[in-house]
Amino acid sequence: MGFNWGFIVKFLPNYAAAVALTVKLAVLGVSLSAVVGAVCGLVLYFKVKVVRTIVRGYIELSRNTPLVIQLFFLYYGIPKLGLKLSGEACAIIGLAFLGGGYMAEAFRGGLESVSEAQLESGLSVGLNAWQMTRFVILPQALSVAAPALGANCVFLIKETSVVSVIAIQDVMSLTKELIGMYYNTYETLAILVLCYSLILIPVSLAFSLIERRLRHAEFGD
Amino acid sequence: MGILARGDDSVEILKIKGLKKTYGGKTVINGVDLTISRGEVAVVLGPSGCGKTTLLKCVNGLESHQGGVILFNGQPLGEGGLKWTLARQKIGMVFQSYDLFPHMTVLSNVMLGPLRAQKRAKDEVYAQALELLDRVGLSDRRDDYPRQLSGGQKQRIAIVRALCMNPELMLFDEVTASLDPEMVREVLDVMMGLAKRGMTMLIVTHEMEFAKAAADRIIFMDEGVIAEESEAGDFFKSPRTERAKRFLNTFYFD
Repeated sequence: MGFNWGFIVKFLPNYAAAVALTVKLAVLGVSLSAVVGAVCGLVLYFKVKVVRTIVRGYIELSRNTPLVIQLFFLYYGIPKLGLKLSGEACAIIGLAFLGGGYMAEAFRGGLESVSEAQLESGLSVGLNAWQMTRFVILPQALSVAAPALGANCVFLIKETSVVSVIAIQDVMSLTKELIGMYYNTYETLAILVLCYSLILIPVSLAFSLIERRLRHAEFGD
Repeated sequence: MGILARGDDSVEILKIKGLKKTYGGKTVINGVDLTISRGEVAVVLGPSGCGKTTLLKCVNGLESHQGGVILFNGQPLGEGGLKWTLARQKIGMVFQSYDLFPHMTVLSNVMLGPLRAQKRAKDEVYAQALELLDRVGLSDRRDDYPRQLSGGQKQRIAIVRALCMNPELMLFDEVTASLDPEMVREVLDVMMGLAKRGMTMLIVTHEMEFAKAAADRIIFMDEGVIAEESEAGDFFKSPRTERAKRFLNTFYFD
């Protein structure tokens, strides 16, 4: 049985649309998880009373439950309480919920790597708390956290393949559907692999560039 | 014996009264009284763990104190007095391990405080930064990152970083302790230059020859208190306390 090029050409537009949706979910899900993670990381770092206990609980919950379960809960569980969310919204919130926990730990690790001596140094030139965070703590924390943050992004983008469990037409669910209808397993899976590579390889490359740029000052080339 | 007759007794820049510092039940500073006059160079000596560094860090609020008051130009510092962020703009500090900001160039390191904390005009700060870098012989390294500099160079930059704030008092915490011997001199020379220009300095060091040459006054600390305080010349010639004699003896070989 040869490779059916005609099949591929026929469904290419469907794949394009599905990739677009996957990218959209990834961009929104990752951005939102970065925001959630940054806020939670800062809460842990600055030891904000009470809030930090909630954040700790959230991180444990988000990292120790599977995304599939989180999505099921959002899509099938929450509506029973009277709040109906669209599939896309569930997917984005699910990714942000899962990713936020991982991002928070990456941010916290970076923040805590900034030495006491650096803090004293910044304070000794009269910087206030905000200026300390902005000019001394964050830049150094980010350059340490960059590799972990990058790995989390790639991980989350891969996790988008799980959203096919709820009614969303992403690349993964399109592939499953086409296999169910036409049994062209070979072609559909080949395109699926290609689609994810097309999305993820540039992302990985971009991150290694950003990482190098961020770490240039402290570690050289 | 100082190099110049400095220290105008009538102008007290720093006055510490009954300072107490405890760390979880352990008393590190146990009632220190100290007055520094404008233009004076005071060197704090003492065995490690005697509270020298803690004393310095209390003066600019990097360490909190549990008793006593610190007056700067007559104004109490910290809670209820002059805010620490403002006090630190007038009290410069240089640390043992330089602690330059590794993600910034030399020039950015020097200009951060003046631009952000003091909100001064960029042109003016830039001109001053260059002039100060030039004074310590490092203006050609202005665009380098700290990792590209030697320990001695980093420490001279750290001094410039503090000076660019136009401080009225400079605190030096064992600034040559982590330097290779041949780099110690270049840093001490910069400090000597500052002393000659009339900068008020409170210095913690183990460089006895430097202390002899630069200090107007020696403050000898032991176990959280000032055990002896005298003119620099007198202290090295004839220390009054047994503890100071033993301390000085550790620096000499027969």
